Amino acid sequence: MDKKILFYGYGNPGRQDDALGIRFIEEMQTWVEENGYKNISFDSNYQLNIEDANTISGYDIVFFIDASMESIESFSITKVEQSNAQVEFTMHAISPGVVLSLCQQIYNKVPQTHLIHIKGFEWELEFDKGLTEKAEKNLQDALRFIQEKLLGIVGNSTNFSI
Amino acid sequence: MSKKITIEPVTRVEGHGKVTIHLDDNNQVAQSRLHIVEFRGFERFVQGRPYWEAPVLVQRLCGICPVSHHLAAAKALDVIVGAGTGDGLTPTGEKMRRLMHYGQMFQSHVLHFFHLASPDLLFGIDGDPALRNVIGIAIKHKELAVQAVMMRKFGQEIIKATAGKKVHGTGAIPGGINKHLTQAEKDHFLNGDDPMNIDKMIDWSLGALEFFKGYHAQNKDLIDNFASFPSSHVSLVRKDGAMDLYHGVLRGVDANGKKILDDVDYQNYLEYIDEEVKSWSYMKFPYLRSIGKKDGWYRVGPLARMNTCDFIPSPLAQKEFEIFKAYTNGKPNGMSMHQHWARLIEILHSAEMMKELLNDPDLMNGELTVKGTKGREGVGLLEAPRGTLFHHYRINDDDQIEMANLIVSTTNNNTPMNTAVNLAAKQFMNGQTEITEGMMNAVEVAIRAYDPCLSCATHALGKMPLEAMILDANGKELDRKLKNG
Repeated sequence: MDKKILFYGYGNPGRQDDALGIRFIEEMQTWVEENGYKNISFDSNYQLNIEDANTISGYDIVFFIDASMESIESFSITKVEQSNAQVEFTMHAISPGVVLSLCQQIYNKVPQTHLIHIKGFEWELEFDKGLTEKAEKNLQDALRFIQEKLLGIVGNSTNFSI
Repeated sequence: MSKKITIEPVTRVEGHGKVTIHLDDNNQVAQSRLHIVEFRGFERFVQGRPYWEAPVLVQRLCGICPVSHHLAAAKALDVIVGAGTGDGLTPTGEKMRRLMHYGQMFQSHVLHFFHLASPDLLFGIDGDPALRNVIGIAIKHKELAVQAVMMRKFGQEIIKATAGKKVHGTGAIPGGINKHLTQAEKDHFLNGDDPMNIDKMIDWSLGALEFFKGYHAQNKDLIDNFASFPSSHVSLVRKDGAMDLYHGVLRGVDANGKKILDDVDYQNYLEYIDEEVKSWSYMKFPYLRSIGKKDGWYRVGPLARMNTCDFIPSPLAQKEFEIFKAYTNGKPNGMSMHQHWARLIEILHSAEMMKELLNDPDLMNGELTVKGTKGREGVGLLEAPRGTLFHHYRINDDDQIEMANLIVSTTNNNTPMNTAVNLAAKQFMNGQTEITEGMMNAVEVAIRAYDPCLSCATHALGKMPLEAMILDANGKELDRKLKNG
């Protein structure tokens, strides 16, 4: 596979299931390294911000991974579209769509970008508690799905499709 | 019939905020308030935890300024492990922490100016909201957007190199730091490919200042008069009066420049500062005890730091400081929009300080930690991007935290933000029968000048009522809603 792929998880790992994005990165990175796959990179942070436009500009395919409060079964994957009309409610973070739009405006690049939403349930400051049991299962479901997809495209250069 | 206008939520402000504006029968603004409508229980939450965990645990407060909390907690715990009150670390320990702190200050201020403030300046407070954002900046002023992205990235990389990682960094530990800077990291920051090197960061910092000064010259009424009001100002300064964002003594000046706090050891901050609770906000209202609740409030942050310090100990920022001070003939500056000017001077100062530190061999060699006689209680203060940040811990015989008190920067600015909101509402909404998006944004601009981070400012635990009131011009209550927590 000659396309460069970035997995980028975000969230606050100190707030229970908000750690889903970062846990995904930790486990996926281990799996990729164990299997010796090339051209796959990883990053994580508390939230997305403007400098991530520069980060994603160096990749062909980008997966953002975030915990989700939406009414979804276990996880879902959506294609990220450029967004330029919404000022985010939060002051110091921006959405995947704004990152993609900034990337296009500044670097004239639009990597194929997806957002993996993994359903979480609890968001409190609980120091000794990790993911909830249900969130852990959803994380494993998402990992298994993506790993199977990756296994299917390793060795060729076709577009990654969900 | 009086009217109440609610702006909810306040866009581009972290956490949940609500503003209520009370109009009288003539549609004149009678009163406006910034309400804080969420809270966190962090101070009670850390109770019972081993004290050495605090520098990492406090980063859970929020993901906006985790480095400031990380360092303030570490400074408090320095006292507990007998490593002095902020100036007793090894040269390596203190300088690595300072580099981390300047990286945080740099990237945070850059985000605020380019992402949050510049859209209001470049497109106008009442500009098209579809364009009045960072994407609009990228479309219309691409060079500014590029600088913002790369300056943020540089600051983030400094943090990663000093704290160990971007999320829940572990660099600062009680009594020092846990790593040196590597030669490769030093080379990267000093001599990295264009634009990722410290000289380019300094150039761009100067360019941003020139941009602001040019804008100011063309828009004096907005920059000088919008939400402008006199107040007291508080910050840390170095013993000799220099700006010092990492360590110092507390100094306060009143609106005329008279010192109302001077050379105060912050270990004794409770003798000088108290907090008032008001029923209509979860965020407390700090004040100076010597002046009292009514008039003892003060501003913190970039503008306050310009007003309290005597000079800036880096040459380029000092030149800009002199221009800044000359604008008010050396008197304290109360102009809310000058927060942006002050913030840009601090961006430049932070870049200069990073360069000085990156050239210091102590970062790559030397003892990392120091220990002394253990104590039970410690206070750590620093100047976070938004202003003075207080962390105070006491531990028990089992090394567990039994008391924590945090006064975060945004809480220190509670009354100033409310004052700014009230002024902006009166300036833009008096006599209006229809409230436009631009008018609403004017109120938000007043709040954003203080770069508040409400998510970590709201750490009260328990059931506190949220109260909504409608008052007429005579202060008579027309309606009241009380929501119990």
